[in-house]
Amino acid sequence: MDGDMLLAVRDLTVALPVGGRLVPIVESVSFTLGTREILGIVGESGSGKSVTSLAIMGLIDVPGARITGSVRFRGRELVGLPPRAYRALRGREIAMIFQDPMTAFTPVYTVGRQIDEQIRAHQKISRADARARTVRLLGDMGVPDPERVAGRYPHQLSGGLRQRAMIAMALSCNPALLIADEPTTALDVTVQAQILDLLRVLRRDYGSSVLLITHDMGVVAETCDRTLVLYSGLVAERGPTGALFAQPAHPYTAALLDSIPPLHGLRPARLPSIPGSPPAPAERPAGCPFGPRCTHVHAACATRPPLVACGEQHVACVLPTEGHPLPPRRVPEMSA
Amino acid sequence: MALTVLRRLGQTLFVLVGISVLVFLVFFATPGADPTARIAGRNASPETMARVRVEYGFDRPLPVQYARMMEKLFVTRDLTSYVNRGQKVVPEILEAAPVTLSLVSGAAAIWVVLSVAMGVTAAALRGGWVDRGLMMLGLVGISIPVFWLGQVVNLVTQSRYHDSWLFSWVPGLGYVPLTEDPLGWFRALVLPWLTLAVLFVGIYSRVLRADLVAVQSEDFMRTARAKGLSPARVLLVHGLRTSMITFVSLFGLDFAQLVGGGALLTEVVFGLQGVGRLTYQALSNLDLPLIMATVMYSAVFVVIANAVVDMLYLILDPRVRDGR
Ligand SMILES: Nc1ncnc2c1ncn2[C@@H]1O[C@H](COP(=O)(O)OP(=O)(O)O)[C@@H](O)[C@H]1O
Ligand code: SF4
Ligand SMILES: [Mg+2]
Repeated sequence: MDGDMLLAVRDLTVALPVGGRLVPIVESVSFTLGTREILGIVGESGSGKSVTSLAIMGLIDVPGARITGSVRFRGRELVGLPPRAYRALRGREIAMIFQDPMTAFTPVYTVGRQIDEQIRAHQKISRADARARTVRLLGDMGVPDPERVAGRYPHQLSGGLRQRAMIAMALSCNPALLIADEPTTALDVTVQAQILDLLRVLRRDYGSSVLLITHDMGVVAETCDRTLVLYSGLVAERGPTGALFAQPAHPYTAALLDSIPPLHGLRPARLPSIPGSPPAPAERPAGCPFGPRCTHVHAACATRPPLVACGEQHVACVLPTEGHPLPPRRVPEMSA
Repeated sequence: MALTVLRRLGQTLFVLVGISVLVFLVFFATPGADPTARIAGRNASPETMARVRVEYGFDRPLPVQYARMMEKLFVTRDLTSYVNRGQKVVPEILEAAPVTLSLVSGAAAIWVVLSVAMGVTAAALRGGWVDRGLMMLGLVGISIPVFWLGQVVNLVTQSRYHDSWLFSWVPGLGYVPLTEDPLGWFRALVLPWLTLAVLFVGIYSRVLRADLVAVQSEDFMRTARAKGLSPARVLLVHGLRTSMITFVSLFGLDFAQLVGGGALLTEVVFGLQGVGRLTYQALSNLDLPLIMATVMYSAVFVVIANAVVDMLYLILDPRVRDGR
């Protein structure tokens, strides 16, 4: 079934040492990503989104970390790949952009030089050719006067320009997969919309698949074909974005959707937010991790619910199997 | 940029004038100390006293005295020592300066190269036994008193094993001018260089390692790794280059204080007539003109070194260049 998939993650578990003990930060995460698909990974801060993406990139360098399960990229197993082979892949076939474009560039080099560096790390081309490509990429990313911007230092650019330069750098070697870890969180709303537009265009012009990580359901609704909801390092629900928004099967998904501010119409006086906070990975309960905050919690939730099919989604909740799925949402105003 | 440089030069000049005024006031205008009597010497005749008083302007207001002193220091350069009568102090310093400069520059070259090599190696092999070994070595270097180390070096190379094949090349203690005999200069200084460098190799390698380890967790280092760069390139081109900014500021201060006379102990152990030794002599004899001259000399070096560090900052850090 994973045959034509670009990326197939199965039972990915990342355990990191916390206070002298190996704690599974991310547990048994599975998903697939097709070519030219945009998959959103959502979840509150601390739910393991960054750890998941860094594990796929092979960038978890915490001493004593243990990564198990399988990450197949173009049919090739990445878990346990030797560092040298991983390096050839990173930046060339899988590229990543990070949350804060302010700190993600090395402050002492011009952005042009840093993009050239990535191109030249993977291809034998001259400095001049690399720079020509850098300027073209920056232009494609909607950077005005790209030649001049290439010669600027990171601190001399606005947040939006920096993030465009970061995306240009990520795309410089035509990667098949782009992982974007909260690419718009540090930007203001208008710039945020522009960057999301840009990500959508990428799929068309560059043929890249995108793994879009965010804590913002609104961003997912606008951008992603499919969605994976992560809660405390575990998959809560995953499925096509439209279906998941129309009829969330997991109480956590439903609660996240309720806390999106409406785009039009009257704003409610107070947005309902989920009371409490997710458990730290070391204190995750044995049963359903969402139990302590769930309004539907009952005896059956004391054993960890497996991921089961429910409509078009997969969900880790006992309600559907017990015959009491959540009702459809009454807000059909979603553009996905 | 040009404006920054100009402004910096102005500040430098201002600081130097300030220091000279302060030193002048402390040593020459302290109530109770009559500089005329000291310059003229014990039991000087009233005529001599009067001549000295006029020459140095001690019968005139303080600003004039100060101007006279500066003139004698920088223009006529005929300020003479209280202790060795007739000995002009400015030429004395100009003679001592190349000795100290040779000693400190050589040691600095050694400690920069060694500490960068050690710091980078330790950071690259963080947590392993090489890392621990190198940092231990650094700590040992920091703990060894330079005076004691110099004595041991002398004992071994000058007397105990001087006749063995290993150390027969070591010349007797003292300085050989570079312009006269470059090889002799090198031979005379290589052991003092190493001795002086040991402490700084220890400090700098530990500081650099800590900096490099701290920089590892920066976002831009993660970006560099995500680009698929080799670990060596990530560490050197992105990590070390960024850490150099702190390294340089530390270096500037240490270099300046050593050239300004801080290498005293090394100079004494190895019989080098440097500025540190001269300052020490001046202070122990309370030789006011020599003190005035050596302090001014040190101040000039410290201030110039600071200015050079600031310029290096401008080159190393584009954020400073833009005044941010
Ligand atoms: N190096 C680490 N060592 C131990 N725990 C970590 C480490 N990095 C992240 N964590 C923990 O893993 C959890 C998930 O972190 P992260 O993936 O950054 O969350 P998100 O990106 O979803 O906000 C958090 O509870 C965090 O404390
Ligand atoms: S399993 Fe139980 S506690 Fe967990 S989400 Fe479903 S109903 Fe709530
Ligand atoms: Mg994160």
